[in-house]
Amino acid sequence: MKINKKIGNVASIIHASIIFIFLYLPIIVVVAFSFNKSKINIVFTGFTFEWYGKILKNTRLIDALENTVIVAIVSTLLAVIIGTLAAVGMNKYRFKGKKVVDALLYIPVVIPEIIFGIALLALFSTAKLKLGLGSLIVAHTTFCIPFVVFTVRARLVGIDPHIEEAAMDLGAKRIRTFFEVLLPSIMPGVVSGALLSMTISMDDVIISFFTTGPQSTTLPIQIYSMVKSGISPDVNALSTIILIVTIVVVILSQSRMLRNIKKK
Amino acid sequence: MESMVEIRKVNKYYDDNHVVKDLDLTVGKGEFLTLLGPSGCGKTTTLRMIAGFENPCSGNIFVESANVDNKEPYERSVNTVFQSYALFPHKNIYDNIGFGLKMKKESKSEIKERVTEMLKMVQLEGFEKRMPNQLSGGQKQRVAIARALINRPKVLLLDEPLGALDLKLRKQMQIELKRLQRKLGITFIYVTHDQEEALTMSDRIAVMEHGVIEQLGTPSEIYEKPVSKFVADFIGESNVIHGTVTEILSDNLKLKTGKEEILAINNGHKPGENVFVSIRPEKIRFSNKPVDSFSLTAIVKEHVYMGSMNKCIVMIPSGRELKINRFSGEELPAVDSKIYLSWAPEDAVVMVTKPNDVNDQAEDIHLGVTT
Repeated sequence: MKINKKIGNVASIIHASIIFIFLYLPIIVVVAFSFNKSKINIVFTGFTFEWYGKILKNTRLIDALENTVIVAIVSTLLAVIIGTLAAVGMNKYRFKGKKVVDALLYIPVVIPEIIFGIALLALFSTAKLKLGLGSLIVAHTTFCIPFVVFTVRARLVGIDPHIEEAAMDLGAKRIRTFFEVLLPSIMPGVVSGALLSMTISMDDVIISFFTTGPQSTTLPIQIYSMVKSGISPDVNALSTIILIVTIVVVILSQSRMLRNIKKK
Repeated sequence: MESMVEIRKVNKYYDDNHVVKDLDLTVGKGEFLTLLGPSGCGKTTTLRMIAGFENPCSGNIFVESANVDNKEPYERSVNTVFQSYALFPHKNIYDNIGFGLKMKKESKSEIKERVTEMLKMVQLEGFEKRMPNQLSGGQKQRVAIARALINRPKVLLLDEPLGALDLKLRKQMQIELKRLQRKLGITFIYVTHDQEEALTMSDRIAVMEHGVIEQLGTPSEIYEKPVSKFVADFIGESNVIHGTVTEILSDNLKLKTGKEEILAINNGHKPGENVFVSIRPEKIRFSNKPVDSFSLTAIVKEHVYMGSMNKCIVMIPSGRELKINRFSGEELPAVDSKIYLSWAPEDAVVMVTKPNDVNDQAEDIHLGVTT
């Protein structure tokens, strides 16, 4: 019995280790080779920051980064406003066809991105909208809205529906009630919806590929085109920077959440 | 009595569901009125229409003789205490209680003074900086009451405010609420499904069922003189027997119920009429020999121990079981003994049968067959 248990323990540790190696080995490789002196990704010939310096001088990359950040921020903002209002409305009112509207909200999440991209492109060209930052923002807002709706609605479910009535009962008008009582209560949902939107927007390739113009390349598309001609070390360096930023954001939001949980 | 809230011919439908039917009710100034009934009887809907959260489909509501039909909740001089407390989870206790004054744009010093006064009234001094989720149920309840009262409403609406508390705390809060209401002289409209709570606290009780007020009266009127089988069953415990009037004696009447003949008080009924009789368990007398006026033979089935009160279940020849209650210490007949039951005719209240009581008659017959 005892030996069996021991074997089981060892097996589970090995199992877990394999999973983690599988998940993180590629990332470690990217980070390691971003400091590699050699231009070729196979042998490690020495430590250098050269590639990091090289990215900073690469104006195309910097422009692409700028575009990515602008699109991410603006479309997140729009998606948060539209998505939050949609979630609140869907939560509060009963109306005919509510289930249909509910299902329709899911569809952008499940349909293949490539189809969504083509559809948006078709729409933009029919509407004679010039492809560029504007069309990118519209496209990103569209696919970010469902994620905001989901996170906000998940939050709304846990909220006492009477708090709005209580606020109105105590003299707050409807708009005041929204900003004083409802919005602060659903804020965690709004924030996670925003973080999710921003992440999805920042690393989107397929939809951006279809809806962007020649002057408004985003970072993921730029990286994609750089990789076409072989993985160069500066791509590794860039990936490492993005990785660090992502990890910092995740840690910040997680610790915020943990603090909120502890408070309760 | 001067009226504070008047409800005139109010109807409310949810789709095809008629939840409040032609409701008429006047609540006096400074009165403690309870809307009592099972869930789905329309009591909460009625309260919500007074608060302004729901609009009547027809009819009018007046507060201090002013029609409030087109007024938003924030324009009405009534405030509500919710069953779920509905405290603002992201605001501390001070800001929760001061919310109403902040909306009225009162000065900071005025808010501070009145919040402090409210905290003192509900005995929560020193809790200003706490968050709602750090409070116990009873404390949350007090905050909810303080928050509603700080606006100095003309009417306080309470929707099952003690429903989520444990029994002991509930009893204590019942007394506290009643004291508070007397001290402030504010009209309270209180919704509950707990008949004991209603009897304890109210000046008057409106017993509701299926969107209609079945009976409106003081707690003792409701308890002693129920007008329908529903009220007799719902308020306290009762033995409700179905019978047919056979003979009218001056003040009393004789009824035939199954195999037995019983006496009850006459409220203007006619021979041949189908009626229900309600006798409270504590009003039934028993003895070892037959009693002069009338008596029913019965076999004692079992005793039920209930602490301050004991219950005895007996069976009469038709097979129907009756309950007898006595305070502990008082004598109860021994199990399996044969006894004679009787009661003062005025303790047997006669009520008219209604169409929806038919099922209960069937139940009577069924009981008769099984024995």
